[in-house]
Amino acid sequence: MNATLDAVLALMLPVMALFSLNARDERSAVIGFMALGLLLALAWVRLGAVDVALTEAAIGALTGVLLLGAASAAVSVAVPRTGSPLLRGLLALAAALVAAGVAVIVAGAPDPAPSLAAAAVAHLGALELGNPVTAVLLAYRALDTLLETVVVLLALIGVWSLAGEGEWRGAPAAPGGTASRPVVLLARLLPPVGLVVAVHLLWVGADAPGGKFQAATLIAAMWLLVLMAGLRAPPELGGARLRGLIAAGPAVFIAIGLAGFLVPGQFLAYPEGWAKAAIIVIEVALTASLAAMLALIVLGPGTGERRT
Amino acid sequence: MVGDALASSPGGYLLVLAVLVPVIGMLAMPVMGLLRVRHAASLAFATIAVGVAVVGAVGWRVVGSGEALVYGIGGWSPPLGLALRADGLSAVMMAMAALVIALVALYARPQFAAAETAPGGRRAFGFWALLMGLWSALNLAFVGEDLFNLFVALELLTFAAVPLVCLDGTAATLEAALRYLVFALVGSVLYLLGVAVLYARYGTLDIGLLHELAYPDFATHAAIALMIGGLMAKAALFPLHLWLPPAHAGAPAPASAVLSALVVKAPFFIIVRLWFDVLPGASHEAAARALAMLGAAAILVCSVVALRQARLKLMIAYSTVAQVGYLFLMFQLTIEPGVPAWATIGWTGGMLQLVSHALAKAAMFLAAGLIAEALGHDRIDELAGAGRAVPVSLFAFGLAGLSLMGLPPSGGFIAKLLLLSAATLSGAWWIAVVISVGGLLAAAYVTRVLKRAMAPPPEGIVTSPVARSRELAALALALCAVALGLVPLQPFDLLAIGRAGVALP
Repeated sequence: MNATLDAVLALMLPVMALFSLNARDERSAVIGFMALGLLLALAWVRLGAVDVALTEAAIGALTGVLLLGAASAAVSVAVPRTGSPLLRGLLALAAALVAAGVAVIVAGAPDPAPSLAAAAVAHLGALELGNPVTAVLLAYRALDTLLETVVVLLALIGVWSLAGEGEWRGAPAAPGGTASRPVVLLARLLPPVGLVVAVHLLWVGADAPGGKFQAATLIAAMWLLVLMAGLRAPPELGGARLRGLIAAGPAVFIAIGLAGFLVPGQFLAYPEGWAKAAIIVIEVALTASLAAMLALIVLGPGTGERRT
Repeated sequence: MVGDALASSPGGYLLVLAVLVPVIGMLAMPVMGLLRVRHAASLAFATIAVGVAVVGAVGWRVVGSGEALVYGIGGWSPPLGLALRADGLSAVMMAMAALVIALVALYARPQFAAAETAPGGRRAFGFWALLMGLWSALNLAFVGEDLFNLFVALELLTFAAVPLVCLDGTAATLEAALRYLVFALVGSVLYLLGVAVLYARYGTLDIGLLHELAYPDFATHAAIALMIGGLMAKAALFPLHLWLPPAHAGAPAPASAVLSALVVKAPFFIIVRLWFDVLPGASHEAAARALAMLGAAAILVCSVVALRQARLKLMIAYSTVAQVGYLFLMFQLTIEPGVPAWATIGWTGGMLQLVSHALAKAAMFLAAGLIAEALGHDRIDELAGAGRAVPVSLFAFGLAGLSLMGLPPSGGFIAKLLLLSAATLSGAWWIAVVISVGGLLAAAYVTRVLKRAMAPPPEGIVTSPVARSRELAALALALCAVALGLVPLQPFDLLAIGRAGVALP
């Protein structure tokens, strides 16, 4: 049964990738790409990487919205093919060579592969955590996580820097045009459920697959749904509360990291007995900031429509 | 917390601050209303003052102790945790970045002075926030010891650098930025693929540990080749340079200066780390020759293309691709039997080329920005009168040009002389020829500009005044490039500090 599932997945992944690459118009390409993301999430589940699967599915949904919006906004051109056939052929050849090389390497990989999994689990007790992935993200490699949230902030600033002059601190356009009645109904029904699931994902992240990133994406999606249905207007980007929300997550993370210099004496080290509490505070703050930043990236720069 | 704890050096915390201080400055900008600050520039200058002090302290510690500075983050040590490490080379790179950022900021202040809510506020906010993000990324790239941590540095760098390109918001700069983004992301994917292969092979991504563990086999070589390939796209090594000229020429002048001087150097620096600190096996002559040949092609092709440009900023951008080519000659010129790479003159020459190009190119872009502002355009054929309108800028341009040509007195002269000697000593005559021809071509494209700009102004030319402080910032950078010419002509001890720790047994 599982072998069949794996075989189908292995077959469908390249097929879906080729479909997306060769789609006639942007819209079908995007839909193919979203399907590819879902298949990838399944593949991650089959590989036992549930955290990665959740992230893939969540981020895939958000990028799907973004790409569909871009596809509908883009002017359809008669000739979507770019680049000469020779260049395309060379790039395909290079990609095939890289894939073949990686396949050879994977086939010849040492078994069992050297891994830090045992070491990652060994210190869980000291951190009072049950999920080694969370320990990696918020203890062993916390600096990576801290700076990745800064990357998201840079991406948001990048999006804002594309605004027209003078109006960039105003509200962005509402996503999705006029809302149909089913969307409005969904926007009333889904968010309460989505928020509960997000809080659950965040809370279990300490001990089971899940965590701030997946939760943040879900909250962002719920917020976007409400905006799409027209139940709320998009916020003004210059608003003090919104700005504070964006900066709070990284600021709390950095503050707790710097406090580590005092007790126990190392940057991003947690005082004994306080590790779990500190990690939960960081995760909650990051979830709020990331949700806001991800939704604002999808919403795009301000268009100068001031709310009356 | 861990038994075999990494011994952090006294003062190792400075490395954390070098990465974090710019991030804190950047983070304060979206909430400056809450902080009762009106100008992003004020926050940037406060950040730069602290950041420069931190980098100075790092340099002082490294030179004073003669050893690398090390810090284990969170009390964890590799392979499970992350370490930061600054040897002599890293300290030099950080000092270079701090110097360029500080002078570029002085130059940019009048240009991006608007308060957030004022007209022009978007550009000012974007410029200063992205500049701080970029500085943090550079410092992390110079002190990171973990290959995935370095990937995060590269991501920070990309997401700070790409929006800087299209700050003006025109369709052309937007297209250039998107092309840059595509090249940079493809480079990231290749790099990440190599990181995954190395982790699957050795169970660690720490450069120091990989140096001890790695053995020469197909998987290791393929992984490092993928990573270097990806980094080559980010460093704009010929023929993967196609994104660079429109991007660097389209950005506002201070952004161009930072992009050309610093941003392409970070991926090159990581290639150096991979090549000398991770790549196992004794000698890699074939691969070194391949990189050197691409570098040579960059020098020859892009210098000729630079010579044919009609726009000043595009010419300078093509010159960047050519000058990056010199860096890749280094891999061939550091092969000396029985001598560690960092004791060769090729090593000193390559690193000196990196630093002197950073200073000279930043000066050149800043000067070009002022020339364009004074004349209202940057068409090389119509530069007559620039010498009268902005003499200090033109002088800075000329001084920076000396370094690019490799004429004394300048850092570029010493760098190219060392590379030339290394080429001659190792019998790589073709490299010696390329270095000489490249110098002549650089002389041609620099003097072409100077000749036009020195010509008497045509009748009725209207020029706009520019701030003297901005001219002086460009001049200061050019003078620093010249001052590097005072470095003694021998393997430079500072660049070898902390290198013995990763010496081959």
